Amino acid sequence: MQNARNLKAYRKQIEEALEDKFQRKALDKFALSYRASRDEAFSGLDFDCLVADIVRLKDNALAQLDVLYTRFKQNAEKMGVHVHLARTASQANRMIAKIAKDNDVKRIVKSKSMTTEETLLNPYLESRGMQVTETDLGEWIIQLRAEGPSHMVIPAIHLSRFQVADLFTKVTGKKQDAQIQRLVKVARRQLRSKFAEADMGITGANFVLADTGTIGILTNEGNARLVTTLPRVHVALVGVEKLVPSLADALKIIKILPRNTIGQHICSYVTWITGPNACGAAADNRKIMHVILLDNGRLKLARDPDFVQALRCVRCGACANVCPVYRMVGGHTYGHIYIGAIGLILTYFFHGREKARNLVQNCINCGACKEICSAGIDLPQLIKAVHVRVMDKQGHPIQNVLLGKLLSNRKLFHGLLKAAAKAQKPFTGGAPYLRHLPMIVSKEHNFRRLPAIAPKAFRDMWHQLKPQVKKPVLRISLFSGCAQDFIYPEQLTAAVGVLASRRVAVDFPMEQSCCGLPVEMMGQIEAARHVAARNVLAMTKNMPDHIVSLCASCVSHFTHAYPRLLADNSELAKKAHMLAEKVIPFSVLINDMLSMDDFKSSDAPMPVTFHAPCHLCRGLNVKNAPKKLIVKAGLDFRPAQEEQTCCGFGGTYSSKFPAISAQILDKKLDDAVRTSARQLVTECPGCILQLRGGAIQRGIDLRVIHLSEMLWEIEHKRQTQFHNSPD
Amino acid sequence: MQDKQDLTKLFEKQARKVSAVVERVADFQEAFVYTADLCSDKQACELLAPGCEAALSEKGQNLCSHKPPKIIAAPGLDGQAADKLNRICRQKGIKLLTKGLRGYLAGIDAGFTFADYGIAETGTLVMNAGSEEIRLATMISEIHVAVLPVTGLVATAADLEDELESMFGKTPNYTAFITGASRSGDIEQVLALGVHGPLELHILLMESNSCKTPVI
Repeated sequence: MQNARNLKAYRKQIEEALEDKFQRKALDKFALSYRASRDEAFSGLDFDCLVADIVRLKDNALAQLDVLYTRFKQNAEKMGVHVHLARTASQANRMIAKIAKDNDVKRIVKSKSMTTEETLLNPYLESRGMQVTETDLGEWIIQLRAEGPSHMVIPAIHLSRFQVADLFTKVTGKKQDAQIQRLVKVARRQLRSKFAEADMGITGANFVLADTGTIGILTNEGNARLVTTLPRVHVALVGVEKLVPSLADALKIIKILPRNTIGQHICSYVTWITGPNACGAAADNRKIMHVILLDNGRLKLARDPDFVQALRCVRCGACANVCPVYRMVGGHTYGHIYIGAIGLILTYFFHGREKARNLVQNCINCGACKEICSAGIDLPQLIKAVHVRVMDKQGHPIQNVLLGKLLSNRKLFHGLLKAAAKAQKPFTGGAPYLRHLPMIVSKEHNFRRLPAIAPKAFRDMWHQLKPQVKKPVLRISLFSGCAQDFIYPEQLTAAVGVLASRRVAVDFPMEQSCCGLPVEMMGQIEAARHVAARNVLAMTKNMPDHIVSLCASCVSHFTHAYPRLLADNSELAKKAHMLAEKVIPFSVLINDMLSMDDFKSSDAPMPVTFHAPCHLCRGLNVKNAPKKLIVKAGLDFRPAQEEQTCCGFGGTYSSKFPAISAQILDKKLDDAVRTSARQLVTECPGCILQLRGGAIQRGIDLRVIHLSEMLWEIEHKRQTQFHNSPD
Repeated sequence: MQDKQDLTKLFEKQARKVSAVVERVADFQEAFVYTADLCSDKQACELLAPGCEAALSEKGQNLCSHKPPKIIAAPGLDGQAADKLNRICRQKGIKLLTKGLRGYLAGIDAGFTFADYGIAETGTLVMNAGSEEIRLATMISEIHVAVLPVTGLVATAADLEDELESMFGKTPNYTAFITGASRSGDIEQVLALGVHGPLELHILLMESNSCKTPVI
């Protein structure tokens, strides 16, 4: 639950969460086992195809929720089910309390339902004198501890067997050993008596089928079957977005949901209930059945073109499973009631701005959630968009506004960077990284060495550097991005050398400026548009064969954001699409479009590992080109287990949440060290800033370099040897 | 259309992956003997008695003492078949229940039921369980034995769409997909079977075409 008053208080909660050693270990274990079992569960299936099915069927259902509701209500009421629509969470709670009162209910058993967590149903019913027992093992455990879930599917993942044993000792009044199989049996026996005594069962539902008036519930433990069978009253509280036309839709969701949730082919139990069934506990042997569909902001959301896709969510929880931030801090800090990337978004719509405003800043924008989402939701984009809405309402921080203004004026921005290059000298003492942190940067950032601004920017060297290429095989325009232009010009220089050796003519349009991703991340959309327009004009002017960047983030931003940012201006939009089509990362140009047959290191093979930048492997779906080049170059490639895990940089993220960034970096370096590689190659200056800074800080023998530098070192040596050879 | 033999093999493989026991039986006689043997061999109130060996609250402990020695519940059987099973049970000192399962919520040793369909892709049983007695037999029994006619096997759930919709159409209806035993990974992500429902699921594949009305 989120109760932090401000960002500072939220950071404090994060620091505490980072100290929870058991949770950290549990989430690490889960991240790895999940990956393996999920791969197995999807083997032989086309994941993208399954996702496309969900997108289609959910979009179709969300566009006609009112029609589906009416159809379901008619069909279910014909069979004697009471169907209600609750406008708010508190209305839903009141309805359930009334049903309980009308039926003289004292004891209630529940099966897992995030929707009842959303409405805070348990405390409401308890305050009215009812005894409520959660029967899902994990939910029961956290109910006994008076906590919220820390994972949507494994709610007590943050607790150890010892904590559970202590808890069960209290509940049973007898000492319990910390043996998992025994503890499960204790729960079985304790809860069985609750089932036997209960007057009412409350469930959620995964599906509400309009055509047949059916509800569908997935569980592994089978508790929902007991909850819906034993007590005389059954109430299902379900989000209205769970309505779909028919069974065929639900079966498609079942195909992906358990696999993506936890790597299971299917849940142990899928329960389909159509109408009030026979019930021995009821007076006339007929169950009293109510289905309450919860609005609580959903119907408005369904009409919001920018955010409606959030309602596609089928609650698989995969977005948390792969989130590098969740893995560090856990669900109590990474969500309010709903957890993970989707939780950040839904918190804003279901629980309001206050609860969401700190949370939405805690997205590192690595795109891992988007790639794994069962319902094809563009989660990072929606989180960003929620953040903008929050800031539009409560005001943008002054530093964001200033940076926005600064970036909108290229000459001023570049002038300032050049001035900073001189001003930092006392701090660097000539070293290529900041030895002592200037006062403007806080101590918290000291977890890695920050690089210094280069004495001369790439753009100022270009007229001397530009190679003359005769009979070029390709003509490209190079986009530098600010990090390489001003901090790491040597990466660009290396790339130019490699490209010239492959007879590629390179142009460097001087009018280019920062790609604008940082200002978009800060919610300065106008500034993001301004630089997008500038870059689109600058980069498309000479009609090159390709536009190439050594920064995966810039290429990804060009590809995905520019057409959206410039959609309002037809002329610019056309050029933005052209740019998006022509722009490629450096590795793709070299590996896919140029001959590298004569390219091989003559030295003994150096052990090299690779870090896949988020914006390359997920943002652009480029997963192999850089690795192929490492192999083609004759190096000893050592794959890392966490190759595609974010390095923890995330641009402005690392300065906003340095404690998390440092922990992610730490694990990343551990992973690289395990490969015994001497070089860590990557293709994004941001990742280099983070990883190299961390390696230097740790003092480990791991050289972090850009792919262009790796290639140029080999090519340069080859050229030197060639010129020096006696022939 | 996939060959029945391939479907059977796939079904067996997938069901075993989720810890179900899959056996082939020729007829009901064999299925009854299998169930009775299973029940009589099982260690009542020791390993399988769920929780009774552990320290419980007074209330939980009381439920243990209420448990009769050995019970098989087979609420789906008609008179003749029930008589046949009852004879086998009596020889082994097992009590057979065909109704009134609510009186035995503390636990039943084995539940004997029929599945309507099997889904090979996931090793899943499909059971139309509108009768509360049948539903309880599949849930409160420590071992669930289900007879599945081979003729009811299909490749995927989507192949059953029409059949399921027609089941849902005869209201009220309570249909279950059952895959393996009841499971949980809620404590430290360690797999534990039998948290609420059966600790074991046994599937008896039968070639017979008329499983619902066994003639013995």
